[in-house]
Amino acid sequence: MPLLENGHLITDTWHYAVDGEALGAGPVIVPLSRLSEGLGRITGALGVVLPVDQNVSALRDSLPKISLVVIGFPIFRDGRPFSQARALREHLHFTGEIRASGHILPDQYEFLIRCGVTTVEVAEETDLSAWERALHQFRVAMQPSVMNEKPTGFGLRRFLPA
Amino acid sequence: MSADILIRDDVLPAVRSVGTYTYDQIDRVFLRERIEQFKDQVARRISGELTEDEFKPLRLMNGLYLQLHAYMLRVAVPYGTLTARQVRALARIAREFDRGYGHFTTRQNIQFNWIRLEDTPAALEVLAEADMHAIQTSGNCIRNVTSDEFAGASADELLDPRVHAEILRQWSTLHPEFTFLPRKFKIAISGSPQDRVAARFHDIGLIARPDVNGRPLFEVFVGGGLGRTPIVGTKLRDDLPEEDLVAYLEAILRVYNEFGRRDNIYKARIKILVQALGADEFRQRVDTEFVAMDRARYRLEPALVQAIRNRFGVPAFEPEGNASALLMEMRQKDRAFDAWVRTNTHAHRAPGYISVVVSLKPAGGIPGDATSDQLDMLANLAERFSFSELRVTHLQNVVLGHVRQDRLYEVWQALSEAGMGTANIGFITDIVACPGLDYCALANARAIPIAQKLSSRFADLELQREIGSLRINISGCINACGHHHAAHIGILGVDKRGEEAFQLTLGGSGEEDASIGQILGPAMSEDDAVDAVARLVDFYLVRRNDEERFLDAYRRLGTAAFKDVVYAPA
Repeated sequence: MPLLENGHLITDTWHYAVDGEALGAGPVIVPLSRLSEGLGRITGALGVVLPVDQNVSALRDSLPKISLVVIGFPIFRDGRPFSQARALREHLHFTGEIRASGHILPDQYEFLIRCGVTTVEVAEETDLSAWERALHQFRVAMQPSVMNEKPTGFGLRRFLPA
Repeated sequence: MSADILIRDDVLPAVRSVGTYTYDQIDRVFLRERIEQFKDQVARRISGELTEDEFKPLRLMNGLYLQLHAYMLRVAVPYGTLTARQVRALARIAREFDRGYGHFTTRQNIQFNWIRLEDTPAALEVLAEADMHAIQTSGNCIRNVTSDEFAGASADELLDPRVHAEILRQWSTLHPEFTFLPRKFKIAISGSPQDRVAARFHDIGLIARPDVNGRPLFEVFVGGGLGRTPIVGTKLRDDLPEEDLVAYLEAILRVYNEFGRRDNIYKARIKILVQALGADEFRQRVDTEFVAMDRARYRLEPALVQAIRNRFGVPAFEPEGNASALLMEMRQKDRAFDAWVRTNTHAHRAPGYISVVVSLKPAGGIPGDATSDQLDMLANLAERFSFSELRVTHLQNVVLGHVRQDRLYEVWQALSEAGMGTANIGFITDIVACPGLDYCALANARAIPIAQKLSSRFADLELQREIGSLRINISGCINACGHHHAAHIGILGVDKRGEEAFQLTLGGSGEEDASIGQILGPAMSEDDAVDAVARLVDFYLVRRNDEERFLDAYRRLGTAAFKDVVYAPA
């Protein structure tokens, strides 16, 4: 599945664990149910999928050993993953990659980034130009975010990165 | 695109609008970008890149509904305040893109019921030229923040709430985390102990007051609402300091976004979550979030609030002189004028001034409708008599906030000539009604015709004065956009075996004595409902004590007595 970062396609070096198969040694993304198995590995970066109905505190203790958290949108109208991403950054001070997956619209791209999301899995047939445009649609945001954008000097407004 | 093309935004605009926030270059660029985004969304819908299911929430967040016969554009009127220039832009939209009228809503907005999708970007351009928009007037996001129609003017006000309403407007605009909530989210804010914003019937209701040092404190109510499940809000905080206002609201919204139900649209409002968890557990979750969060990020420093306040123009009141004496003189000379002053004005904090409520409820008329010509006339009156400022009320009227008392007679004459001089504010014909089945795809029954019948039935102003304070609200379906639960007499349109029928509720109030109206009995036909209201009123007139309002008589005499009046065999 194509992976976007800052509006551009990047190579995905991760793979998802396959049910019933061993995790292997490379960078692997496990479901929450296999987190302890992943943590038990000696080598290889570890990612985990945080289900949409889980509070981020489920990852609190293991987060130092996790490099990637995947948050998933069952449907684009379900806004819970925005809060999960923001909480990972704000409450757990997670500095690794947060990847958004599932049903997402380009119109949500700025919101995702401002909640702390790093990368987005997009559908194969996606028009990438819409994502590129969405990234530069607005120059200013009206409120602070976990990205600590530069204040404009008035109100709560922030300059979005160019 | 880079930020450097923007001008410095800490420069005070040369001319500031009285009563509302004055836009700067950054705000205007932001609106332009938003219109470009919407055009892009429309193009992607037409190309098929967006499905209708995907496009719908995006257009809703631009205020565009699909109704029964056409698209409806709902324009945001932040905290209900408009400048004369903005009112003219609304008149122009009504004239050029609609059928010559607009409809003021119970959330202080205005909506246009006959908009063509292809005209929408042009209509948004007209709005943007007047620093207006339709952002977040629909959709599952934080909606337009409403406020007191007498803000900054009322003698009973402790604190002008519009500066904080503006801060909340900005904070909630395209909020990255709260734009796909379980359901819509409505915030109201008042700065008076006389609750004119129905704070206890909002997702969040705020009542501001100064502390001993003059710093703002907020009472915070959460989880109130009408709709299918009417609930009076729970007080979460009594004394929230100004610096924590945004942080605390962030905490409430975070809890709601995480735990609010998404499996059932009718159970998705925050009121259901508050009820399900219980007030104590809900408060604890909010407090836990509030304590854990990075509060510094959301802190409202006094200088920040002051900078926003500086964007609001302040009316330059003239000395009282003999203004009130002249008003008294005119009232004695003209009885009709005197009657209008008694009902359609509100005491002002500045000597020699008064606030005027312009009735958009003429006898037999459609509540809240205003024609293009009337809008232009209101803009002229605002310019000549009220510092170019006009307010929309949540009861579908408009207010000229700051009129000199010795000019009041001229205002009244001009309003009367334009069909807006009806002396019925707070009376039985000051009816609130949703658009109903004449427009709305959700409605079970038409709300407008029964409003018109009641308005005609009780058109006699002598009779209305005799009846006194009596609020009738009409909703065309259980979603309760007409706030029927909060009315002394509420009327709910239902579908009874394929026929439109109307159910009465009695005893509701949206004010500081908030209560939810109780269903009186089975639904009846439109004409029977009008007759039933007439019988209820007759019964009240016979049984009331002295100056007792209908609501108080109902509370004293009880439901059963009133029920017999309507349902007992003659």
